[in-house]
Amino acid sequence: MAKKFQRNDKRKIDEIRPMEAKVGVVPSAEGSAMFKMGKTIAIAAVRGPRQVVPAHKQKSDRGLLRCTYDLMSFSVNDRKRPGPSRRSSEISMVIENSLLPAMDLSKLPYTSVDLYVYITQADAGTRCVGINAASLALADAGIPMKELVSAVAVGKVDGNVILDLDKFEEDQGEFPTDIPIAMMPKVGKITLLQLDGKVSQKELDEAMKLAEKGCKDAQEVMEEAFRVKYDLDGGKKE
Amino acid sequence: MTSKLLFKEMGLVIPGQELAAGMDYLPGVGTLRSGDNIVSTSVGLGDVNGKVIRVIPLKGKYIPKVGDTVIGKVSDILISGWRLNIGWAFLAGLRLAEASRDYIPNDADLSRYFNVGEYVVCKITKISGTKFIDVTAKGPGLRKLGKGRVISCQSTKVPRIIGKQGSMISTIKEATGCNITVGQNGIVWISGEDSKMEFLVEKAIRKIENESHKSGLTETIGQFLEENK
Amino acid sequence: MKSYIKSLIENGQRVDGRKLTDVRDIVITNDVSTKAEGSARVKWGDTEVIAGVKMSVGTPYGDSPDKGTLMVTSELLPMANEAFSAGPPSIESIELARVIDRGIRESNMIDLKKLCIKEGEAVWTVFVDLYIINDAGNILDAAALAAVSALKDSLIPTLEEGNKVDYDTPTKNKLPLIEDRIPLTSTVFKSGNKLFVDPVLEETSEVDARVTIGISASGDINAMQKGGAGFFTIDEVNEAVKMAKVVTDSLRKILK
Repeated sequence: MAKKFQRNDKRKIDEIRPMEAKVGVVPSAEGSAMFKMGKTIAIAAVRGPRQVVPAHKQKSDRGLLRCTYDLMSFSVNDRKRPGPSRRSSEISMVIENSLLPAMDLSKLPYTSVDLYVYITQADAGTRCVGINAASLALADAGIPMKELVSAVAVGKVDGNVILDLDKFEEDQGEFPTDIPIAMMPKVGKITLLQLDGKVSQKELDEAMKLAEKGCKDAQEVMEEAFRVKYDLDGGKKE
Repeated sequence: MTSKLLFKEMGLVIPGQELAAGMDYLPGVGTLRSGDNIVSTSVGLGDVNGKVIRVIPLKGKYIPKVGDTVIGKVSDILISGWRLNIGWAFLAGLRLAEASRDYIPNDADLSRYFNVGEYVVCKITKISGTKFIDVTAKGPGLRKLGKGRVISCQSTKVPRIIGKQGSMISTIKEATGCNITVGQNGIVWISGEDSKMEFLVEKAIRKIENESHKSGLTETIGQFLEENK
Repeated sequence: MKSYIKSLIENGQRVDGRKLTDVRDIVITNDVSTKAEGSARVKWGDTEVIAGVKMSVGTPYGDSPDKGTLMVTSELLPMANEAFSAGPPSIESIELARVIDRGIRESNMIDLKKLCIKEGEAVWTVFVDLYIINDAGNILDAAALAAVSALKDSLIPTLEEGNKVDYDTPTKNKLPLIEDRIPLTSTVFKSGNKLFVDPVLEETSEVDARVTIGISASGDINAMQKGGAGFFTIDEVNEAVKMAKVVTDSLRKILK
């Protein structure tokens, strides 16, 4: 009889690590948030809308979203030298593109919404945790959004497609596979999709379905952060 | 299909939350139409006025509107006038002709009218795009402010700080004996006999900001002022 | 017209009702990152600074082959203050890092000889990286406190064959510190002819001059840096040192 696949921390294949969300953690920024998924922690803050520096980068028909993402030096085992790296630059752009579909910056021409995302502790899934913190920070700053973009990574261990790998799971196996996905879950739109590794078409379909559930779960935790902050029950009618 | 409201009035709503189903309702500020539904685009309090559903945001940078009376801080003096920081991404422009009812001669030292660092109550007269904002300091109540404590609040909270027909701000003025001017941009100028009273005004306003979404605020603030006088 | 805040200070008052010598509430926690050898989060009023310590195996400096090495960096994150921009470190950021670095280095609080692995070849390098998260005034003192707290919190990682570091297994060995050399920092500010400590952000722009003073547990002064375009008289410097001593004594109690 084949041994049943069990995750290291006994989670189900469609279960995200324990999550935590808090809004307003950087008081002087227009908006800010902290998001945690298992042991990965991100803080994000928004400044703006504000003038574009350098001025030649401004757009006359819309506002810009400019993201700076990075790992803090002590967030990883091998110290990450402070200052932008090629990896952090790529992820900064990927995060922008994951959030823009949920935003309408056409009413804010000549301005920039500047977003800063930092990982204080890294244990896999960093860009997804970063996107979740960023979404919250944008909404906290009063930047109009169609909904909160949420993100989660799918991976593969022992041939099983599973949701939200932690670092231990990521380090397993011959072909580690990492599929970060961000979505607008209420309307089923995928805004971030990356893949490193090896999957079949069937596995990819499985992965996206898992991600859809994961993004919905993450979004619920994010929405709750606002209710907790304002100490109001939700505006939903019974 | 009959339209229906899906949220509690003045309840907290979140971006993406469905506020109404059906085409009878119209999307106002802070909302958009998504298919047949109206959905919130802000974190705020949902509100219905006739057929229009809107969301009053709880937080956000001040966005200038024509007709707003704001308090601006002089940041530059030019040959043609002044530039003021009103808390928006761009500075507002106050031209010579809009500065004063008196005639300002060409060779006048403009810093004697409004100097860098001083605060001016002015009104937004024109906005081109989002970038060029014209203000005037000519008009009832518009003037340079003297020395005082200036604090910066969430512009979204200004209606609560002022209160219905000015009731909240009057309560604070009476309890502390301070002069208070509130700009629509969230800048508040406070001046009293005593810096302790000025500080009490600031504390009361911060309390209003933090509890603006709760009911019974006027009583809470009244009590707070009594206890801390 | 003298500004409102300057007038208040010259009357011995502060915008938030404190006395000239009062310091805001401070909270220190040490659980910022399990990946760091040591870390600290300092909340000083609304000012917030994070410090993380990382250690790796490096080569010693030529003139001290038997000593570990130290490097302090700081980032004034753009999220912390409207005026901070992204990009290469500003002069303010460099000054902050260097003042704190010298405070730690010149106090000899770290027993660098104990960080020697093989003389002339391999020593532990200690990195202290500071991140200013929210600037509500007095970031240098908050950062200096965070740096020291993070060092106190640090455990040396396990060293394996071939000087390879196993970061996942910290030893129980604390970073070797000499307690009575630990420096704490207090910056004293001058506006008009009044001296005060711990300005909020609004007060910072009304400052004529400041002097940062590092004092060790034994009471010795081991670092000083005057900043700003104004001046101090000799009496004012002595007065500032007295004020700094009172502040650092209270910081030492919080650091326990």
